[in-house]
Amino acid sequence: VRRSEWLTLAALGGTALAAIGFIVAYLADPDTQLLGAALGLAFAFAGAAAILAGKRVVDQSKASDEYHEFGDPTAQAEVVETVEGISRRKLIVGATATAGLTLGAAIALPVASLGPNVGEQRTPWRRGRRLVTEEGEPVRMDDVLAGTFFTAFPEGADKRDIGAPVIVVRVAPETLRLPPGREGSAPAGVVAYSKICPHAGCAVSIYRHPTYQGAGEPPDALICPCHFSTFDPARGGKLLFGPAGRALPQLPLAVDGDGVLIAGGGFYDRIGPSAS
Amino acid sequence: MTDAVRFIDERLGTAGLMRKTLRYVFPDHWSFMLGEIALYAFVVLVATGIFLTFYYVAGDTEAAYHGAYEPLQGRLLPEQYRSVLSLVYDVPAGNLIRQTHHWAANVFVVAIVLHLIRIVTTGAFRKPREINYWIGVTLLGLAMFEGFLGYSLIDDLLSGMGLAIAYSVGLSIPFVGDDAMYLVWGGQYPGAPGFWPRLEIVHVLIVPAVLATLIALHLASITRQHHTQFDGPNRSERRLVGTPLWPAYALRSIGLMLMTFAVLLLLGGLVQINPIWLWGPYEPYLSTNGAQPDWYLGWLIGGLRLMPPLEIRLFGHTVVPNPFWGGVAFPLVVFATLYALPLLDRRWFGGGRRHNLLDRPRDNPRRTAFFLAFLSWVAIVFLTGATDRWYVLSGMGYEGQIWVLRVAAVVAPVVIYFVVRRVCTELRESSGRRYEEA
Repeated sequence: VRRSEWLTLAALGGTALAAIGFIVAYLADPDTQLLGAALGLAFAFAGAAAILAGKRVVDQSKASDEYHEFGDPTAQAEVVETVEGISRRKLIVGATATAGLTLGAAIALPVASLGPNVGEQRTPWRRGRRLVTEEGEPVRMDDVLAGTFFTAFPEGADKRDIGAPVIVVRVAPETLRLPPGREGSAPAGVVAYSKICPHAGCAVSIYRHPTYQGAGEPPDALICPCHFSTFDPARGGKLLFGPAGRALPQLPLAVDGDGVLIAGGGFYDRIGPSAS
Repeated sequence: MTDAVRFIDERLGTAGLMRKTLRYVFPDHWSFMLGEIALYAFVVLVATGIFLTFYYVAGDTEAAYHGAYEPLQGRLLPEQYRSVLSLVYDVPAGNLIRQTHHWAANVFVVAIVLHLIRIVTTGAFRKPREINYWIGVTLLGLAMFEGFLGYSLIDDLLSGMGLAIAYSVGLSIPFVGDDAMYLVWGGQYPGAPGFWPRLEIVHVLIVPAVLATLIALHLASITRQHHTQFDGPNRSERRLVGTPLWPAYALRSIGLMLMTFAVLLLLGGLVQINPIWLWGPYEPYLSTNGAQPDWYLGWLIGGLRLMPPLEIRLFGHTVVPNPFWGGVAFPLVVFATLYALPLLDRRWFGGGRRHNLLDRPRDNPRRTAFFLAFLSWVAIVFLTGATDRWYVLSGMGYEGQIWVLRVAAVVAPVVIYFVVRRVCTELRESSGRRYEEA
């Protein structure tokens, strides 16, 4: 027996041993690493055996064959003739096409049952609705300190509704440059924006707030971690960088008698990713 | 053996076909293994995938988690996420199978892409093999789609962020996007509970069935036409030389299959992938920094990131929302180019005749240069998908990187085209000289 034959036999023996190892591991302690290593090794040994046998043990002589040259004009012509040879072909083709298209449209129609029609966009925000945290605690004006980032929801609403979640941050009132018509929407510099990015619907969850607020530092920004659209909370959510085609929609805020933040109305803009 | 062969042949008359099959000739070249690796990764995907379907539940009902994983004890979790957690922590070998499945998906697409590069740069897609090439390109697209569906099914944080983006990209298709997405999701994102069983059936049945059918056609077509071969002694456009299927080629290929299984199992056992217990469950108002999709979606997230904030509005109505450019138009251009290659080759690069002998990449400098320029364009967009990671590793500002890559996406393909064409021409001339001297 030659050396390569011995090696092939040894590799097959290794396969059996590693396979037994897998069985033992599975019965004794089914640990992912141990199981993977044992079964992987078993296959590696088996693979080595097959490759050794294929390259060193069996006959290595080459063989030769011919490429077919396809294409038989006579047969092609006969196919065309047979298909086109039916009488009153135009009428039949036309009628069949009409029937087929109509039937196709009919059986495609139930696809419409898969989902509702696109309606007017509604969000749960109404004037006077209180802002609450994920746990349902009211968000108090005084809790929103400069540099903190709150995620808030309309009290009692479904948190999974993409119209619900908003970001609440406090901007220094003297830096606030909201678009015209939004006066009084940011009491003492506290602003709220939809948390759903108007680019591709991810949650905007990064708040850039340089602790050193000197010249040359980038301004405060709300950033989406998916495609890094960067919005300016001091300027009505205006886009600073990135791919979003629109500003982050702002929610007007007010404060009720108990110091709790409430909505001053609905969003100024359509929320969520842009639709055509 | 004799009895078995006679038994079957006397009933089905297949001995002649068997004889022909066993003698079938495979031209040898190491690069021909790439497609085989893809095939064997698919075998692993089907085998491990069947195991996973026995545990996965697309229920979408929330319930408190009570299982072996302490940090999520008592948390309300959707059923699909709970079912995968329990597969990982409570089913012996469950996590091994899950991780092997995920690794196999990654390797499947790597192997297909490398196979595609081999096919294009050596001209194997030319007549008479164009149909098979188109099947292959379709397989590539389906494989990426299938992979995305697979990790979306779990409803962990990473999966949810991917689905939100997919929904938004769908929404951005002019005129029909919003209606189509409402149909797929059963309403506005995050959709109706019925969405999850839909996702599951597409991932575990519909796409795999199409993949399997196309793979069968791919193989049937190549056995009918024979493999291409590089030029060599006794080889010509009419005659091929190689190793017969039985026994040498079959043993080597089985060896490659077993090695593919081995590598995927070792990866699945030893290298952690997609630790969903760390990501936690998804809610539409949650996201995490540093989230990365599987590698083969890097070019799409890159396309979305690279695009400037352009939206087309007419009469106060958004006609083309931004995600359309990176998420729809870019992949359409990439795949249209791939599908059109046999036609472009005929028109620009001198194809058209029947070809059974392969080019070396240098033999057709303009085709190789065009394809590598095209690949570099896709690769730069792909790199954009990693800009946030590069920021963490190197500290290079994110916005600066995006500007560099925006410029590179335009300039690099042009530069690469001329450099590659030059290199190929030089190589071809120098090997031509050596040939003449010899």
